[in-house]
Amino acid sequence: MTLLEFVEGPFFYFSAAVFIVAALWRLVGIIRIGRKKDIAPARGSAVTGFFKGNLRHFFPRGLFAQRTWMHLLGGYGFHLGLFALLLFAAPHIAFAERLFGIELWPAMPRWAFIIAAEISFAGLIVLWVRRFSDPVMRLISDWDDHVGSWLTFLVMLSGCLALQEAHDSLRILHMGLVNIWLIYFPFSRLMHSFTFFLSRGATGAVYGRKGMNP
Amino acid sequence: MTEAATTAVNTLLAQTDSDIASYLEACVHCGECAEACHFYQATKDPKHTPTYKLQPLVKAYKRHKAPLRGVLSILGLTPPEVTEDELREWEPLVYDSCTMCGRCTLVCPMGIDIAGTIRKMREGYAAAGIVPEGLTRARENVERTSSPMGVTAKALLAQVKRQKAETGLEIPVDQDGVDYLAIFSSHEIMASPEIIGGYAKIFKKAGVTWTLSTAAYEATNVGVQIGFGPLARDLVKRIVDEAERLGVKYVIAPECGHAYGAIRWAGPNLIGRPFKFEVIHIVELLDKLRREGKIPPGKKDSRKMTLHDPCQLIRRGGVLKEPRRLLSDSASNFVEMKGAGIANLCCGGGGGVSANERAEELRLKAFEQKLKQIDDIGDIETIVIPCANCRGVFEDGLDEYESDYEVIGLGELVAETLRED
Repeated sequence: MTLLEFVEGPFFYFSAAVFIVAALWRLVGIIRIGRKKDIAPARGSAVTGFFKGNLRHFFPRGLFAQRTWMHLLGGYGFHLGLFALLLFAAPHIAFAERLFGIELWPAMPRWAFIIAAEISFAGLIVLWVRRFSDPVMRLISDWDDHVGSWLTFLVMLSGCLALQEAHDSLRILHMGLVNIWLIYFPFSRLMHSFTFFLSRGATGAVYGRKGMNP
Repeated sequence: MTEAATTAVNTLLAQTDSDIASYLEACVHCGECAEACHFYQATKDPKHTPTYKLQPLVKAYKRHKAPLRGVLSILGLTPPEVTEDELREWEPLVYDSCTMCGRCTLVCPMGIDIAGTIRKMREGYAAAGIVPEGLTRARENVERTSSPMGVTAKALLAQVKRQKAETGLEIPVDQDGVDYLAIFSSHEIMASPEIIGGYAKIFKKAGVTWTLSTAAYEATNVGVQIGFGPLARDLVKRIVDEAERLGVKYVIAPECGHAYGAIRWAGPNLIGRPFKFEVIHIVELLDKLRREGKIPPGKKDSRKMTLHDPCQLIRRGGVLKEPRRLLSDSASNFVEMKGAGIANLCCGGGGGVSANERAEELRLKAFEQKLKQIDDIGDIETIVIPCANCRGVFEDGLDEYESDYEVIGLGELVAETLRED
């Protein structure tokens, strides 16, 4: 077995298994803590509020957006670029098709990959630079924020380097980093990718019962 | 760990339900919440960043309750135990620099209810006895008289007598068989008792039967402000017992934001059962009576007015449209301030901050932001404030900054502008 076969095979399966099991463990663990039933008479629906809360917080509120525009640009740029790369980069689709044995959607053209990567890198760098340049961010950031940012950055960088799939060493580097990222993910703040649904929903449900949704 | 730290941590963990856990898990340390916090905006001190105020709870949760903590503990990645020194260091952030106004939730991309989480944190602090002196004194007053300002039933009756004389109207006390029981905040009873006469005028016009009670007249719930659950429950229970003894259909929550939340939203959960009556905010009731044509508006007040949105009534209480409808009916020159409604700035004195002398300087700095919001409208004469606590904070702040805006309650305005028979 070559090193490339190892990182794309057993190591990847192991990392993916850790990712799925630990992420589910964490999510189920949060939900299993439970909460007391709210017995105050409701003015609206908690269930509707749960989903409304999730949608409402996808969009910035105008009054605050003037103050936080740099963070918004960085945040939206990074996340949108990352999702475009993850779901529509040709090597990712090819890898997933090999893995699942089914035909998936068409890949984005090379020029779109370049634009998505540039936007995503710019966003990630803005977010990371703010972690140490802004006094508030410096105070509230911890090692997990920095490790998560750096691992994601290295995964993206090695992915760009391996785009042509010309050198096995670059593909090994990329997949090795992806595997480490997958193992790190469920134990870290990267889990916000899933926990946001619960937190927005919890607030939305409380406000939904009050017949409003701020 | 000291006894106080152990008590605090155990209480914090007991307060951490799945909602709180999801908040602590979802925070990405983006710092957006600082931009919504009036205390951070007023001082530009990063320690006033809302999410930072939660640190002791975050540490306790990660160490003792978070899923996967076992794996992280083996790797030495769980935080150290929360110490009493740390709890005391954070105490001013938990009590002085958070009014639990909830503005930070609006800007949070994760939708985290930091205000609600601070409320839970205060339970841990109160259980451990780590509470500011001003709030401890308020608690002692409540235990003695049921009122944080020490207002006794005798003092209430004296105010009722004066209002009867001023209005010439009957003000029922301890009367059963009526539909509504009105409760007030101490500040209203002592500083703006004309609202009692206002109720008499409005309810006579509407043909509503109502009463005050000498056993349950105080709406302020210091237990909720401090975070002391047992006291909060006792204060709610006092009102519930009296309302159910009198057999009223409704209890009217007064113009006091947090008192409304304490009885309307927290109340049944605190005593562990639904009430046998409904809780209605006075602003909701006035709006309902007006829509039903029972209190038609008369000549409008022509002063240039704006509305301050009390956080617990508007942003966290959901009573948003009612005060505006009432104002539109009662004032001919009503102007909204920038950011009015859900996102409006807090006065700086909610959540017990106004009762906490240590926080005065910080509160006044925060109020300066509010004042600027009003100054920016231009030529305002009167600020309508449907919250007695906010009104007190405004009166202090306007005095401090030598500003001569007049402040009035919404009920008072409605009473003054009723159509004459």
